Amino acid sequence: MRLTPKAATLLVLALLVALTPFFFPSGYYYRVGALLFVNGIAVTGIVILTGYAGQISLGHAGFSGIGAYACALAPTHLGLHPALAIVLGAALSAVLAYLVGRPILRLKGYYLGVATLGFGILVSMVLNNERDLTNGPDGIDVPDLGLRALLETWGLDLTNGQFWYFFCGLSLILGAWLALNLYDSPTGRALRALHGSEVAARTVGVDVARLKLQAFVISAVYASVAGSLLALQNKFITPDVAGFMHSIEMVTMAVLGGVGSVLGAILGAGILTLLPQVLTVFAEYEQMVLGLVMVLVMIFLREGLLPSIFKAIRGKGE
Amino acid sequence: MSELLQFLFSGLTVGAVYALVALGFTIIYNASDVVNFAQGEFVMLGGMITWFAHAQGLPLPLAALIAIAVTALLGVAMNKLMIEPARGAPVVSLIIITIGASIFIQGGTQLIFGKEIHSFPAFSGDEPLRIGGATILPQSLWVIAGALVVYVALWLFFTRTLLGRAVLATANNRLAAQLVGINTSFVMTLSFALSAAIGALGGMLAAPITLTAYNVGIGFALKGFAGAMLGGMGSPKGALTGGFLIGLIEALTAGYVSSQYKDAAAFVVILLVLFFMPQGLFGRKSTDRV
Amino acid sequence: MSDLLSVEGLGIAFGGIKAVNDVSFRVRAGEIVSVIGPNGAGKTTLFNMISGVYLPGSGRVVLNGEDVTGMAPHLLARRGLSRTFQNLQIFQSMTVLENAVTGYHLQERGPVLADLLGLPSSRRRARTADAGARRLLARVGLDRAAEREAGNLSYGSLKRLEIARALALNPKVLLLDEPAAGCNAVETEEIDHLIAEVAAAGVAILLVEHDMKMVMRISNHIVVLDHGEKIAEGNPAAVSQNPAVIAAYLGAENADG
Repeated sequence: MRLTPKAATLLVLALLVALTPFFFPSGYYYRVGALLFVNGIAVTGIVILTGYAGQISLGHAGFSGIGAYACALAPTHLGLHPALAIVLGAALSAVLAYLVGRPILRLKGYYLGVATLGFGILVSMVLNNERDLTNGPDGIDVPDLGLRALLETWGLDLTNGQFWYFFCGLSLILGAWLALNLYDSPTGRALRALHGSEVAARTVGVDVARLKLQAFVISAVYASVAGSLLALQNKFITPDVAGFMHSIEMVTMAVLGGVGSVLGAILGAGILTLLPQVLTVFAEYEQMVLGLVMVLVMIFLREGLLPSIFKAIRGKGE
Repeated sequence: MSELLQFLFSGLTVGAVYALVALGFTIIYNASDVVNFAQGEFVMLGGMITWFAHAQGLPLPLAALIAIAVTALLGVAMNKLMIEPARGAPVVSLIIITIGASIFIQGGTQLIFGKEIHSFPAFSGDEPLRIGGATILPQSLWVIAGALVVYVALWLFFTRTLLGRAVLATANNRLAAQLVGINTSFVMTLSFALSAAIGALGGMLAAPITLTAYNVGIGFALKGFAGAMLGGMGSPKGALTGGFLIGLIEALTAGYVSSQYKDAAAFVVILLVLFFMPQGLFGRKSTDRV
Repeated sequence: MSDLLSVEGLGIAFGGIKAVNDVSFRVRAGEIVSVIGPNGAGKTTLFNMISGVYLPGSGRVVLNGEDVTGMAPHLLARRGLSRTFQNLQIFQSMTVLENAVTGYHLQERGPVLADLLGLPSSRRRARTADAGARRLLARVGLDRAAEREAGNLSYGSLKRLEIARALALNPKVLLLDEPAAGCNAVETEEIDHLIAEVAAAGVAILLVEHDMKMVMRISNHIVVLDHGEKIAEGNPAAVSQNPAVIAAYLGAENADG
């Protein structure tokens, strides 16, 4: 039997989430795993925006910031349940992405890059400066999601690390499923078409502006949910979540693994999440190694790690 | 009135540094269509290496020359090792490569020179000059003069010398330039050397005022980038004007609106410019060819 | 029969140079009108104005009775105008089938939420489009390449793929920019038949083509451009005898040689 790429990707992810804990030497690795999955969610959004639709964003961390601070602020100020705060953050991000995206997405290449970059910096600046609300650069506490306690009453007793590992893992699988559905759908085809040639896409009737905006909004929601999950599992968040470096990290993860495929991008997220863990021994060299990895992969594996691996395997097979 | 003048002075000072960064962007962009996000690191290196060489007991002018030369060499190395091998890569890849280079340089600098903030003496003392009720540091005049001199020198280079015209020809049409015998690879090397040297010059001139540390580059890069875009990518005149404008807007925002949001002002302006005239102030209009 | 496409006094200038100036003609249902002229005569620019890629500087484009001057390409597509490109505009990294399917975009598109959730309605729309695209690929002889990545195809095959994509829109007016370029004699003849077939079904066809034999063979009417101006028009026999046309072509050849 031959698996479709969609089924294969979901199977790999499910096995990854289910089986890797058996190899964890300590409970700490659940945390690393959960972080990897959160990054995987954000990066899946980048796949839709950059991989499918071919649009660059250097400011997506701004949406993560909105998702994160929605979870920090909405429960205390609006009395909202943290789970609903995730939804509120996603809705706010979607609306903002729509408003910002309409004018911005007319731009191309570097111009789109700098416009999104500007947007991200504005968000991070607001989070840093509005101390009365956000407590500024020192960061702010985030309430507990409460789901773990609920599961406990149902007889499912998980450690905090385990809970977040599986919760984020399942969220990632859900996110990947949606993105994979989109790929082969009419909308996904139109997105990939406008990526290939905007003029040709227009002439077959694709409303390019509208579709780019849809991709931008969807990917913003991914980034927002990732930010929410990050805030909730750490029970604490700082404005760094919305910072320029975080935006760059997202794009780098996606492109590193292969921005054209969901699995590739998640692989990229995995590598960049684990790299600092491995490099803690050489903490001093961490930055240099990260920079070097970015450069080398882009030069030698242009389509990203996973597509290059597939190509190498196929090349040998033929 | 004197308050306004004071803001203008400080705006012109930082604006001059942004203008130098933007000019550096422009040179590389023109020669290769690459927007070099590591441009800010050249500025940082200019300040850091000058500080280091001066701290070793070298006289300041010599330290400055060394800083510029070393940074130019690093620029050439970056072109040879990172940019040339990636020829033809998509925009996203090039953005990541130059940001990777930027992170790499930052990491290396931190390793060699540490995380501390450094400075060195101003060139002509610290006695502020009084003009119309406001004050300006002599070093500010150095920075502003630096930006103007570099601009004029570049203008002469591009319009009056054969080599400069070769660079422009390469920018215009790489293949045609090769056909008429221009060594485009040399042109690229030259552009990176020039761009890095200009960045280092800016960093070296500004360090006595703004201080310097391993991580100041990215801020300069973003503002310089904003300036280059405001002026219109690829236009030296635009880079100069855009850089100064960003500096002025920033200083006026800090003075009259909120010092916390001074960095925001630059980006708001950029967004507005991009919405209403996506080619910037002096950029060329492009039509999609089908 | 009624005019499906009517071009009235269309013109555009780039940097002060008139690329196309005051060109008028019309195409009726089932008719094949060819635009010919030396290189640089403004044929592709004319196409770009009619299809909404360029905004005309002057004049009108009337599509099926509606003034559509300067209308965005995707809106023109909805009104039944479809085109191919001289310098291929293929979606390189998509498969041949996916390329053809994009032509069905207007029929297969639906709520983005349904597409994200992979709802049955979304999959049904996609499947219907797939089936249509496969039929069209068979019609242009590309059915066996359906699963290949389009970027790997030969130039002639890509030309035919573009025609398939354009036909997928089920257009009332079809603009073909050098459909036979890069094709061998057999392929050219196949395209000939295809065009005639499409016209016979009542589609108005506007054609730019350098293969003069083909133009003379299939056109009902020919419009001749030189330096952006219409210098002659008429049926193939009349145009080929027209001294102004001969001069324009000979002049162009002399200039080239």
